[in-house]
Amino acid sequence: MGTATGRVEAPAGVHLPIYMDNHATTPLDPRVLEAMMPYLTTKFGNAASRNHSFGWEAERAVDAAREQVANLIGATAKEIIFTSGATESDNLAIKGIAEMYRERGNHIITQATEHKAVLDTCKRLEKQGYRVTYLPVKADGIVDLEDLRRAIDDKTILVTIMAANNEIGVLQPVREIGRICHERGVLFHTDAVQSVGKVPFNVIDDFVDVASISAHKIYGPKGVGALYVRRRNPRVQIAEQINGGGHERGMRSGTLNVPGIVGMGKACALAQEELLQEGLRLQGLRDRLKAKLETELDYVHVNGSMEHRLPGSLNMSFVYVEGESLLMGINDVAVSSGSACTSATLEPSYVLKALGLGDEVAHSSIRFGLGRFNTEAEVDYVAAKVIQVVRHLRELSPLYEMVKDGVDLSKMEWQTN
Amino acid sequence: MAYSDKVVDHYNNPRNVGTLDKNAAEVGTGLVGAPECGDVMRLQIKVNPETQVIEEARFKTFGCGSAIASSSLATEWIKGRTVDDALSIKNTDIVKELSLPPVKIHCSVLAEDAIRAAIGDWRKKNGVASETAEAQAK
Repeated sequence: MGTATGRVEAPAGVHLPIYMDNHATTPLDPRVLEAMMPYLTTKFGNAASRNHSFGWEAERAVDAAREQVANLIGATAKEIIFTSGATESDNLAIKGIAEMYRERGNHIITQATEHKAVLDTCKRLEKQGYRVTYLPVKADGIVDLEDLRRAIDDKTILVTIMAANNEIGVLQPVREIGRICHERGVLFHTDAVQSVGKVPFNVIDDFVDVASISAHKIYGPKGVGALYVRRRNPRVQIAEQINGGGHERGMRSGTLNVPGIVGMGKACALAQEELLQEGLRLQGLRDRLKAKLETELDYVHVNGSMEHRLPGSLNMSFVYVEGESLLMGINDVAVSSGSACTSATLEPSYVLKALGLGDEVAHSSIRFGLGRFNTEAEVDYVAAKVIQVVRHLRELSPLYEMVKDGVDLSKMEWQTN
Repeated sequence: MAYSDKVVDHYNNPRNVGTLDKNAAEVGTGLVGAPECGDVMRLQIKVNPETQVIEEARFKTFGCGSAIASSSLATEWIKGRTVDDALSIKNTDIVKELSLPPVKIHCSVLAEDAIRAAIGDWRKKNGVASETAEAQAK
């Protein structure tokens, strides 16, 4: 038996470790850092200082960045509220709307595979007397629009459904959801963190009222995000959640993170410029990775729709191999797993479970997230490495042997503790 | 998570991987865990009927690196011991040898269960009873 490590040599030009976990975060683009540098050094003014040039300089930079963010999503600059990141944006949107529209109703609709920033916020509101409907998803990870239509009632004030999922990369039908919400007079918030800058997203065409965005998912800095809040048709009102000075049109107090905001603006401008071309390139790399894995290995399973998916995203289960053991074998490649063993809670991924996958498939899942700085040579190396390690682990897997011998694992009596 | 050198060594070079004929009289098979829990261990022993010494041990494990290492180590430790002696191996010995962190203790428990299950299966097949076996039969 061969060893799990050291057999696949990294080709020239491939530097280890390889980062392929771009759903989690992305590296800062050097062009973004360059734009930020003056605001980390000499141009340190507070954008709220109204009576000297340091403040004016900072304010101008923030205004320019606001335009850049707005342009990327088809909004106007006045509709962009800067925050500390998408978790804050989700909290502000959902809690702010729930509070502001409390007299109109107390019902919120979301769905099972949302990010915890949305789910945990909804759970908190449930404790405060709000009613929350968690729509299921179909096996491909997409919500059923009929379910959504049926769930809306005369107390519904908000629908919050993500644009793209962070684990499986599946795109929700944002435009159709937005259209339904507008027809029914219900506000629509979308956590657009994974989709903005990756696939076309336009708040007018998609009937979006409120959208959460993050800088560090699009090669910008961590610690800065934005919330789009529609000003016309309808004018959305949000109750502030952080008090203290009335910054950001009273919706979010606190001194602005000027270098972070400048970086976010630059990141948005770059994403807008390169979106279509980069999308095609990433999709090509992603499909190459998938084809190699599917050709060389049996019992592999793609989790979620392939058709409606972010271009750089691939979530695959290597059935009969446990995810953490696979990560251990490919330790010079940074990816993540839906396996329980890799999570703090020791529960397998709730997103994969929502697709109706058995726990054993969730335990075997790996999320590959390709990004701007990944190359074809890296994809080839990662594919070769995964294939080698999966084969090694399947030689060790009693389940793989049993299935090969024709045993139906679902009919076995397992000893569960 | 950082793994101890010993876990990494067993993961990269697992000892005694394989399959024995589960229908053979001298072979005992223990299959513990469940796929939905993320770990399944199969441990097999081949016992000399005269001496009751475990002459061969084989394993296959679906699970994390610590589960693979725990079962690999278990096969090393039971080989050459009598069945009664093998039953004295405790999960805490495995935890210590592999420096398993608290979240991985269940891997060592599963390995101990696998040893007991394999010996139990062999005893059942061969009509060998012992105080230990009865205590385990519950």
